Amino acid sequence: MWSYVVRRILATIPVLCVVAVIVFLMLRLSPGDPAAIIAGDNATSDDIAMIRAELGLDRPLLQQFFLWLGQLLSGDLGNSIYLARPVLGLIMERVEPTLALSITTMAFAMLLAIPMGVLAAWRAGSWVDQTIMALSVLAFSVPVFLIGYGLVIGLSLSLEWLPVQGFVSLGEDPVGFVRHLVLPTIALGLVYSALLARITRATMLETLSEDFIRTARAKGLAEPRVLLLHALKNASVPIVTTIGTGLALLIGGVVVTESVFAIPGIGRLTIEAVLQRDYPVIQGVILVIAAVYVFVNLAIDLAYPLLDPRIRF
Amino acid sequence: MKRIFQMAALALALFAPGLAQAQAPDRATTLRVVVHANLQILDPVWTTAFITNRHGYLIYDTLYGVNSRFEPQPQMAEGHEILEDGLLYRIRLRPGLRFHDGSPVRAQDAVASLRRWMARDPMGQRMGSVMASMETVDDRTFEIRLRQRWGLVLETLGKASGPPFIMPERIALTPPNTQITETIGSGPFIFVRDEWRPGNRVVYRRNPDYVPRSEPADYMAGGKRALMERIEWLYIPDQNTALAALNAGEIDYFEAPPLDFIATLERNRNVRIVNIDALGTQGIIRPNHLYPPFNDPRARRALAHLIRQEDYMRVVVGNPRLYERFCGAFFQCGSSNDTAVGSEPFQQPNVERARELLREAGYNGERIVVMQPTDRPQYNAATAVLIQSLRRAGVNVDVQAMDWSTLLSRRANRSPPDQGGYHLFITAHGGPDTAAPVSNTWFNTRCERANPGWACDIELDAMVAEWALERDPVARRPILERIHRRAWESLPYIPFGQYTQPIAVRSNVHGIVAAGMPVYWNIEKR
Repeated sequence: MWSYVVRRILATIPVLCVVAVIVFLMLRLSPGDPAAIIAGDNATSDDIAMIRAELGLDRPLLQQFFLWLGQLLSGDLGNSIYLARPVLGLIMERVEPTLALSITTMAFAMLLAIPMGVLAAWRAGSWVDQTIMALSVLAFSVPVFLIGYGLVIGLSLSLEWLPVQGFVSLGEDPVGFVRHLVLPTIALGLVYSALLARITRATMLETLSEDFIRTARAKGLAEPRVLLLHALKNASVPIVTTIGTGLALLIGGVVVTESVFAIPGIGRLTIEAVLQRDYPVIQGVILVIAAVYVFVNLAIDLAYPLLDPRIRF
Repeated sequence: MKRIFQMAALALALFAPGLAQAQAPDRATTLRVVVHANLQILDPVWTTAFITNRHGYLIYDTLYGVNSRFEPQPQMAEGHEILEDGLLYRIRLRPGLRFHDGSPVRAQDAVASLRRWMARDPMGQRMGSVMASMETVDDRTFEIRLRQRWGLVLETLGKASGPPFIMPERIALTPPNTQITETIGSGPFIFVRDEWRPGNRVVYRRNPDYVPRSEPADYMAGGKRALMERIEWLYIPDQNTALAALNAGEIDYFEAPPLDFIATLERNRNVRIVNIDALGTQGIIRPNHLYPPFNDPRARRALAHLIRQEDYMRVVVGNPRLYERFCGAFFQCGSSNDTAVGSEPFQQPNVERARELLREAGYNGERIVVMQPTDRPQYNAATAVLIQSLRRAGVNVDVQAMDWSTLLSRRANRSPPDQGGYHLFITAHGGPDTAAPVSNTWFNTRCERANPGWACDIELDAMVAEWALERDPVARRPILERIHRRAWESLPYIPFGQYTQPIAVRSNVHGIVAAGMPVYWNIEKR
């Protein structure tokens, strides 16, 4: 297995190199200039040119690329153009909110969706199945920001139970941490639970039609035991794959939820950097997200043998 | 399942009030503000960004500040003498001023700060061009010697936007093109670097050693009394979320609520709308003076003939109480330099006259590139009106949609419009600096040295210089009217209306100073 892990890790290097080159070129060739943004709305062309020179943006593209590559190889993602602070530090500052939101969202989705999916498969074709599937279509179709605003109006402004916005670190105030995560978790979790419920139902339906389930039932095992211990365990590989890729997608893609609830996470860092053309930050974030994606996928692959002993590396 | 929901509801009901109580002690002395932009650059000399300017006013102090009549008043300065028939300004600092690191504020600090600022600021550069020397006399006194009489020395030192903030000499000696890294000022609040989370939160605490002036606060002049222990700036880019946070009492002060939210906010008894800017904001259409047809003043006048300001204000602002139906002043309606001289032919649109003038300017249906910033709702809406009025006059409009960052870099491009340049874009500016010919940056007509669009009218620039030399306000008036008449002929830009951006605060927030921009001294929560 270890040789498989090493091979997979080595395989990420060319992937990350390709990502780095594409991101660098796309950013430099797209319109926009950080110097113009830094200089401000009332700046003259001379002001902008002076700042471009100060930031080294007037150098040839190839020179800029190799400078950045050199930094990257020494483990340095560079400094933010605006903040003059290391990109890695900025990313680390934003990891906690995004990671917390991603984990709670996925936990919420699993708690809601897996029982729903199992129930729908067990009662396939009945009104229970149809209701669950209709609700999942609804949750999947309503935009996250709409669910978010609805929750804010209901639970924050009307009932005054939960805060409208913001994030509190777990170390700073555990109660505040939980309270600030409830609404964004529900808003985002509903979408993922819809997806997960449908996957669970589909794989469970397939597993429930297999011979060993018929055998288990013929042996007189209780239905919950058949469903949870026999069917769900055997159906779990695609479910775990969906959970894993969902988690990786969440880490890189919670922009809307972070904006609606003013959570200072990776998503907002990315969008702010894009709007301001903060090249080193955009490059750094994309590389980190790509690496996370690769490693989450590796972790999922490594989990397969635990769920299904027939799978070996 | 029902039991689980009951337990969850019970848990929420139990710890919700507990948290509100836990936050209570801080809330009374903390002002939580939603600001209009993300503070990222801390050097107010390095950028003209409004957010950095406002950060500057919290942590730094200025030698002079303008009052509500736009007269410069001593702030850090105790006073001044004007000697040698206006060629020598001797300025003495107030006693007892200290920087946040405890060191005293000296004349040497003021001189170094002024030198660094003068290298970057357009008005500072103008002063620099007439200045012979600037020297310290003693620790509290310095002198500015001029080569020729110049009427705007104190106005320049007290300008509201991008003023010369006073820093310790060792920091002010940083080259003007390099960002400073320290945030040591002598202002009423201290920047708390440890709690700064870019993109989320900026924290300031009260400066216990700050000695405010004894006069009442008046615009940027008078006593800056820091009554709140802590100011928290929150950056909430989603305006709906910021509005909900204000309604819920999670924030106290919403710096720039979208103008279409004002009516909703006015219905909330717990929220007050306050106009802090008597002058307001002026929307402008900026033609590119380098290329046809707008290198010809007749084409620019044609453009002005297409504008009905109220059409723009209706889409940009909406609420008629927040805008002027027509403002013909380049230097802001309601300011001491308010005049409509020369604007008479343009008070109503005249499409026929616009067509004639375009023909006379040699326009023959060529493509006119208009840049439309789709991520700035107010500019986007105004650009849509501009496009419509141009098409009404038969202009072949090439609309190029882009985000504001792209527009900012594109507008600095001097290439021809078909090679990455442009013909027209929209922007806005405001505050006391807009209200004077010499400090209104978009009014600068010094060709290559002007703002993007490169307005070029040497005669008009000479009139502005003549105005700046005159120290007597009464004698300045006829010069101002000549400038204004010429400006409506030359049209460095076309104003499309003047409007107000109010702030929204919780009803327990008092003492807000109408300073043309959000300032945080004098504010208390009762």
